[in-house]
Amino acid sequence: MYMMSSLPISPDSGSQAVLEILYRLKVRDVMSSPVITAEPGDAMREVQYRMRDNDITGVPIVEGGRLVGLVSMGLVIEALDAGRIGQKAGELMTRTVISLEDDMPLSFATTYFNRYKYRRFPVLDRDGSLVGIVCASDIIRALLVAMNKEVERLEEKLAVAAPAAEAVPDGQIRLSFQVSRFDFEHAGTASAEFKKALKGLGIEAGIVRRAAIASYELELNEVIHSEGGAISLAAGDGRIEIVAEDRGPGIPNVESAMTEGFSTANEWIRSLGFGAGMGLPNTRRVSDDFEIDSGPGRGTRVRVAIRY
Amino acid sequence: MRISELAPLLGLEVAQGEYSDRALSSGYASDLLSDVMANAKADGVLVTVQAHKNAIAVASLVGLAAIIVCNSRPMPEDMLEAAKAEGVALFRSAQSAFEISGRLWAALHRP
Repeated sequence: MYMMSSLPISPDSGSQAVLEILYRLKVRDVMSSPVITAEPGDAMREVQYRMRDNDITGVPIVEGGRLVGLVSMGLVIEALDAGRIGQKAGELMTRTVISLEDDMPLSFATTYFNRYKYRRFPVLDRDGSLVGIVCASDIIRALLVAMNKEVERLEEKLAVAAPAAEAVPDGQIRLSFQVSRFDFEHAGTASAEFKKALKGLGIEAGIVRRAAIASYELELNEVIHSEGGAISLAAGDGRIEIVAEDRGPGIPNVESAMTEGFSTANEWIRSLGFGAGMGLPNTRRVSDDFEIDSGPGRGTRVRVAIRY
Repeated sequence: MRISELAPLLGLEVAQGEYSDRALSSGYASDLLSDVMANAKADGVLVTVQAHKNAIAVASLVGLAAIIVCNSRPMPEDMLEAAKAEGVALFRSAQSAFEISGRLWAALHRP
């Protein structure tokens, strides 16, 4: 069945270019703001008028700037049916409201639309204040604009030929992966492939584990902190080399970033179990050689080597 | 102690039961994935509240045998699929990480 509220796009499928857009755009870039709201003390009738006058189908209920519930068109119709349209919104509203944060990538919004069958999601800022609302048409509009730009860019790029793949001798590995900002769906993919390849070379489990830790931390750093980049693995002749290179924004103070417990990750990234400030220290600990080159306004390049 | 003994012993719900049964080396409790990467042991069991796909990626990289998700945290479908693909056993408990860890420690250290 065709669901009005589901979006035929998700971080699990789709082209790389569209995924890049989903991770680059933030919820605040697509949300409608300011939001038409009502208070718990307002009558359902009043909420109905606000829907009619503003041509909307859902009204967040707010008390002192805080989201406390939501009244949808469906609830208004039920209230009309049951002769309850004079009752207060606070008595009939939905109290369990799933909300988005303005700082989340757009991929979270598309995932929410497909996971929870709601037609709209209120948006909160990092202090928990209601700052916007997102419905499916907001996302579709923003995606069309961004995709159109992206197609133009790709058309220009088509003329440039891709470099030929380099032949790799037996007993050696050369692998490289692109990493996108906020792509938590595929985070760890490169490291899993690296691990598989190193195991395939017959390298001892303890060494493979060290390489897996280094590459996972570097990969996740690119997902969490960079504007996107690449991670590559080269192995052979007793040496594993992992290079992570991103497109910025660069680390202002490398010494701080190397200190265990120091992190600039935001709240929702921490809620996923990342941003503990252990990434770079962990990487250095498992590596035989460790080099980092970074600074504000340019990218970060980390090169580690592990001998086997 | 083996993976298959975890559920009956600790009263766990089996969320993903496709794994190759083997002896557990150890246990580790943490919600920080970098910490898990750094300190959890291969063939160990992880006690956590991180119920999402990235926890499976970390488990697979470290070679963890099983994950116990505490406090009845709901697990998204993509997490279950990832666990199945990687052969990581996945359990759910209504108990806290503190309670599960205590009972797990006792079971693993039983002479």
